[in-house]
Amino acid sequence: MRQFDEMYSRLPASGDAGEVRKHYEAYARWLQAQDPQMMASRREEAEMIFRRVGITFAVYGDKDEDGSGTERLIPFDLIPRVIAAKEWKGMEAGLVQRVTALNRFIHDVYHDQEILKAGVIPREQIEHNAQFRPEMVGVDVPNNIYSHISGIDIVRAPDSAGNGEYYVLEDNLRVPSGVSYMLEDRKMMMRLFPELFSQHRVAPVAHYPDLLLETLRASSPATTAEPTVVVLTPGMYNSAYFEHAFLAQQMGVELVEGQDLFVKDKFVYMRTTRGPKRVDVIYRRVDDDFLDPSVFRPTSTLGCAGLMEAYKAGHVAICNAVGTGVADDKSIYPYVPDMIKFYLGEEPILKNVPTYKCRKPDDLQYTLANLKDLVVKEVHGAGGYGMLVGPASTKEEIERFRGALLANPEGYIAQPTLSLSSCPTFVESGIAPRHIDLRPFVLSGRTVQMVPGGLTRVALKEGSLVVNSSQGGGTKDTWILQD
Amino acid sequence: MLSRTADHLFWMSRYMERAENTARMLNVSYETSLLPQSAAAVEAGWEGILSISELLPSYLSLYKSINPRDVMAFMVKDVDNPSSIISCLRAARENARAVRGTLTTEVWETQNQTWLEVNRMLKSGEFERDPGQFFEWVKFRSHLSRGVTVGTMLMDESLYFMRMGTFLERADNTARLVDVKFHAMNNDFFGAPQYGAPETESTQEYDFYHWSAILRSVSGFEVYRKVYRDVIRPERVAELLILRPDMPRSLHASLNEVVSNLALVSHDRESDTLRHAGRLRSELAFGRIDEILATGLHAYLTQFLDRVNVLGGRISREFLMPLAA
Repeated sequence: MRQFDEMYSRLPASGDAGEVRKHYEAYARWLQAQDPQMMASRREEAEMIFRRVGITFAVYGDKDEDGSGTERLIPFDLIPRVIAAKEWKGMEAGLVQRVTALNRFIHDVYHDQEILKAGVIPREQIEHNAQFRPEMVGVDVPNNIYSHISGIDIVRAPDSAGNGEYYVLEDNLRVPSGVSYMLEDRKMMMRLFPELFSQHRVAPVAHYPDLLLETLRASSPATTAEPTVVVLTPGMYNSAYFEHAFLAQQMGVELVEGQDLFVKDKFVYMRTTRGPKRVDVIYRRVDDDFLDPSVFRPTSTLGCAGLMEAYKAGHVAICNAVGTGVADDKSIYPYVPDMIKFYLGEEPILKNVPTYKCRKPDDLQYTLANLKDLVVKEVHGAGGYGMLVGPASTKEEIERFRGALLANPEGYIAQPTLSLSSCPTFVESGIAPRHIDLRPFVLSGRTVQMVPGGLTRVALKEGSLVVNSSQGGGTKDTWILQD
Repeated sequence: MLSRTADHLFWMSRYMERAENTARMLNVSYETSLLPQSAAAVEAGWEGILSISELLPSYLSLYKSINPRDVMAFMVKDVDNPSSIISCLRAARENARAVRGTLTTEVWETQNQTWLEVNRMLKSGEFERDPGQFFEWVKFRSHLSRGVTVGTMLMDESLYFMRMGTFLERADNTARLVDVKFHAMNNDFFGAPQYGAPETESTQEYDFYHWSAILRSVSGFEVYRKVYRDVIRPERVAELLILRPDMPRSLHASLNEVVSNLALVSHDRESDTLRHAGRLRSELAFGRIDEILATGLHAYLTQFLDRVNVLGGRISREFLMPLAA
């Protein structure tokens, strides 16, 4: 299969130093000059610091020998993923366009449903979707923004001429995570290799919490000039707890759990040492299902009873809004380019990966006939669970998936196996190419904005295409490099 | 601030303080056990440690006899013993983790580092090789934790609840220590039948080590000499640890801190908790050791511990876990 490497236009091989792409030249020269011993000790230093600072994630179900939940480090790779500034410009425009259309779509779905009436998306695709929240029909939200924080996963793969082409792989519009690693990775790189930053003009990212706070405040429904913003976390045993605490701290707002909140007369309050205090904006890191036991899952203790009533009365903002899942579902994904045309009258800047909708008989037939070459995904799956990577699977795995597919074709989509671009990465044997993706975090408030770049995830296993941290993926610092 | 946040901060400090006091007690017992003395005396000393923490029954369900090695293992690294040092350090760190955003980076990293280190030390056998060194280490981590708190935290409610936790726990721990140690000497030492019995030379000598051990466990040996310029007398040891406002680990000094931090978080509102704390503090401020001894030290301390416990409950209800909306 054709390969595209971010750093090398021709990968090094024995007796061949390879050929470095222009925007990586200065870095490659620097790396060449480093003592491997020094790099190894920097790696250890990074790991030690991450541990001491407690930048860890909890792994569901795993237990330590002493019975407490496992806290693991996400492996951090020292070699940055570099993107030339002019390339990023195009990507950024594409992201603004895509997220704008997605927000228009969610608003439309819960109001006039023009896009369904026009026949662009089949009605049953929406109304039978488990992520569609009837509770949200006719509910107005500030600025008509639903997905305030969007994590758009982008991959790069070679086209027929061998040039790298960006594709959107997935839109994450519910509670996308990972932005704290983007920030911490940069901090770590600047700490370990300050000289690199004086030699390169790397676009800064540290102002993300500021933009986030601005976005959240802009979504406040209250007339107050000083809205009270909180971050709602499921608690310290959640895998992304570090990030919740980190963002709350960076923004200087309270980190609350469901038990800290209560609703009275359709207003939300938090319990403080000085009595109840009104809450105007909730940046929730809890899924819809758990937000309000009186409306959604009744057994949930992570949310707050009465929250939906307060929300619908326009007394509190929930970010992201309830019901955004209807737009990031994998069965809706194939329609995003159509949304862009429908709402904005523009051609999509960022490409979608060609997708077979297994609920269509023709597509199902094609998928079944080509399982060994395709990636098959559960429509509602996330985190790298519930998917089949055909070329990397055994016969038995493929047959098991075939059974699942036949039993429930609506539950799956299939895509060609993209050869994700690679980037040199430190591994046991030295430096070797590993597959990567990119998750920029797009903020929608009064305007749509983002910090340059995003989180680069890397599949550390040789040949693996799964970059999720729950599946052994690592992260890299991402540089948007100005000439 | 969030009530739950205040709760975590309060308990984070309490557990750290408890870890320190446990280390102090164990260290002194460990050093004392190196002195020549009868097996019965050694056993009584270690039994005292277990009774201080009200752990004698759960210890005896696990071990056949009371000996230094088993008691230390139980009180240091048994994760099922909620009062062991490892359990306290874990609880302190878990509470810190739950509110890490409220803590300064230095405070959080100190807690986290302590937790990572203690695990390493217990796994590597460092503790068994040199228990004394380990206890010193725990003590200094607690010093560091307090210092980094006072030195870096904004002086607002967060800090006040942390300080309150530290000193409420210290009041409790010191009271227990005094109670058990005096109890061990005699059945209610003061006013009890044996008081005034003829002293032999050997009991005098034993007394010296006994009382100096208590003093050293609260870093009070030099303090005693400085304050009293006298040989060590039990009633003065009791006075120092209960009533002296200038002895940093005394009940009086601890209650002073509890009251002043409570006042800071109560603002102008009427606080029943503050009223109770203030009353308890006044009794220490205006109490006299001969009066306390006349009523019986054990009875006095038992009542004190009850009242500290009630005070903790009141702080919880008023600030940390308000039930009413």
